Amino acid sequence: MKYLEEFQNPELARRLLDEIRATVTRPWALMEVCGGQTHTIIRHGIDQLLPDEVELIHGPGCPVCVTPLEVIDKALEIAARPDVIFCSFGDMLRVPGSDRDLFQVRSRGGDVRVVYSPLDALKIAQQNPHREVVFFGIGFETTAPPNAMTVHQARKLGIPNFSLLVSHVRVPPAIEAIMTSPSCRVQAFLAAGHVCSVMGMGEYPELADRFQVPIVVTGFEPLDILEGVRRTVRQLERGEHTVDNAYPRAVRSEGNPAAQAMLADVFEVTDRAWRGIGTIPASGWRLSERYRDYDAEYRFSVDGITTREPAACRSGEVLQGLIKPHECEAFGTACTPRSPLGATMVSSEGACAAYYLYRRLGTTPTPQEASPVA
Amino acid sequence: MCLAVPGKVLDIEERDGTRMATVDFGGVVKEVCLEYVPDLKVGEYAIVHVGFALQRLDEESARHTLALFEELGLLQEEFGDPWEAAAASQGWDGAGGTPPAALNDGERETSR
Repeated sequence: MKYLEEFQNPELARRLLDEIRATVTRPWALMEVCGGQTHTIIRHGIDQLLPDEVELIHGPGCPVCVTPLEVIDKALEIAARPDVIFCSFGDMLRVPGSDRDLFQVRSRGGDVRVVYSPLDALKIAQQNPHREVVFFGIGFETTAPPNAMTVHQARKLGIPNFSLLVSHVRVPPAIEAIMTSPSCRVQAFLAAGHVCSVMGMGEYPELADRFQVPIVVTGFEPLDILEGVRRTVRQLERGEHTVDNAYPRAVRSEGNPAAQAMLADVFEVTDRAWRGIGTIPASGWRLSERYRDYDAEYRFSVDGITTREPAACRSGEVLQGLIKPHECEAFGTACTPRSPLGATMVSSEGACAAYYLYRRLGTTPTPQEASPVA
Repeated sequence: MCLAVPGKVLDIEERDGTRMATVDFGGVVKEVCLEYVPDLKVGEYAIVHVGFALQRLDEESARHTLALFEELGLLQEEFGDPWEAAAASQGWDGAGGTPPAALNDGERETSR
């Protein structure tokens, strides 16, 4: 399948850029929702190649970054218990809690393990029947189905020592929160392609219509981003606001019905606090009543947590697209990937990390800092 | 963490009542759960995220998109304003002033 490489083709990128330049007549502000897209944009300098009229505002779609501090602190408490094997994706290791991170818990004797898949954590539970195995289930609609299937399997196979610490989030309520914010400048959205691979496009027409914004489902290769921008600018210039799919090779309008059915069985919609942003109604999932036995928050009563966020960190404003990372006074000085104040400087999808790694902006990282942490 | 990547199915088997596959990601091979795309076949590609296939990669859509990219700009060259095209190639931006003297109508004809 030669096209896997062709989506990196610079000649085709030039054509897309020419087309965007030929279409645009006035300034437009587009938000890319997903942190993975933010990294593609900054890594390849797409924001600098686009005509000046097209501004890309980076959105809140980094699951690691928006996981609330209270949940991080709960994870740290649970991970430090001697009877627990705490499993997580690598991205979470350096995310700062109020007074430590998972990496430090491990260095002080906690059994913290990094897994590629939640099913690996289930396997660890099977191999260690006398230990409690907890998986840190965070992420958007893309990651929720794998975690849902894992809990479903745990119940089906009768694995009692497995549980999930859940902090899942949903994109459409975040779009609504952004559009109803008084400081909102966003005029269109590049929607996250892989979220739509799962959920389809059915949640978006109502939002596009209510807020009069084009919503274009967009992929992750540089050409995919440019095609998403091209289609969005075309709609903006014509005064249109429809839902369009610029990533048809991976997104069908109905999404993945089997994954949606599993989500509806295992999870239920709940209000969720987003780190740096605040509580957004109906923006998250928690385990449904049927699966409560597998909920780590119920299994381990972790109360009395007092959270403490560093005052200098402006990641909340970054996540809402109100400032760019380098406009924060701590960026690259008090806050670096080696010594992060906020999760946006840690995650492989965080906007601050993207600016730090790919666009030095006057700061010179040491070689260790220049390589991704997770 | 949220990035899903395309991979090619090498083989498929049932394990603990679950449909699993070995999937090749450009040389790195991993175990992948196929429960969400159960009709995926050996040799096909899928978008895979944290050990789960989430959607079959549609080869025809991919080719169609690439063909569209190939066409962009070509139509502009074919049907666009020859004045603009010629001026752009001479480094004249067309914003006010007169075009470079050499660009008269006769020369435009011969240059096409």
